[in-house]
Amino acid sequence: MHASVCDTISDLVQNSIEAGASRVDLDVYTGPDTISVRVTDNGKGMDQATLAKAADPFYSESGKHDHRRVGLGIPLLLQTAEAVNGKVDIRSVPGKGTAIEFKFDARHLDTPPLGDLPATVLGLMTFSGTYDLILKRTTPADGYSVSKAELVETLGDLTEPANLILARDFLRSQEDNLKH
Amino acid sequence: MAKLTLDDLRKLREKKQKAMEKRDPSNKDVQIIVGMGTCGIAAGAKETFNAIIEELDAKGITHVLVRQTGCMGLCHSEPTVEVLVPNMPAVIYGKVDAETGKKIVNDHIINKHLIDNHICDKPAMDIVR
Repeated sequence: MHASVCDTISDLVQNSIEAGASRVDLDVYTGPDTISVRVTDNGKGMDQATLAKAADPFYSESGKHDHRRVGLGIPLLLQTAEAVNGKVDIRSVPGKGTAIEFKFDARHLDTPPLGDLPATVLGLMTFSGTYDLILKRTTPADGYSVSKAELVETLGDLTEPANLILARDFLRSQEDNLKH
Repeated sequence: MAKLTLDDLRKLREKKQKAMEKRDPSNKDVQIIVGMGTCGIAAGAKETFNAIIEELDAKGITHVLVRQTGCMGLCHSEPTVEVLVPNMPAVIYGKVDAETGKKIVNDHIINKHLIDNHICDKPAMDIVR
């Protein structure tokens, strides 16, 4: 399994971007009993047959990476869920998009830590292409929301190192001040 | 750090913008692309990415674009970083930890020297086949 829940988030959001989504919603909740994450996109979606194959580590959509036929994102998520009494729900409609939701038991010994969410989200905002990524972060007591579009509007291009530092500090200030 | 609002962020940006314009008005002709497939993520590409942007910022370098991409097919050498500098060969570096990320900024981009022992000179054999 991945070392942190954020690593799984990176995989899933990247899938959404590569599926041509113009909008990706990332909802992350952490509470005393549960870590839950939902990634919803309006990308090209998958039919039932493709969805079934996505669980196979030796399947990767053709054209996604040249000459490579391995895809570990969803298989690693399923493996982690199985190990920590988690649940995974994947819904996808061709031409409409995909929604993946997973819940882990936060008290399970093997549940990975959340990881560095600000760095993860920042990284996910710097892939090429025009897409919006909207993070909704909640705990039982608090929450914040931030989108790629508003960061770009405030800072300008998110490939510029100085802007990336500011965006990172902004995201960190949101996460660090979150009440749990 | 106190919780920032978008307005705070806008002000910080304006302040920074002024400082940057004084330093370097040149165009962005250099690209650094960090591989962040499942393999890169597992190997610590996030830390590498962070080290690179911090070093670029610390050295006041503004002519560089930093982007991320998926797996480049060199999973055995992750994290991988592609560096494109005009008049230098396009290079993919492998096993780029945070320290090597800083070296890329200082040696490759500032001093125009390639970094020994990290260059992936050809794709993995199974990719070629």
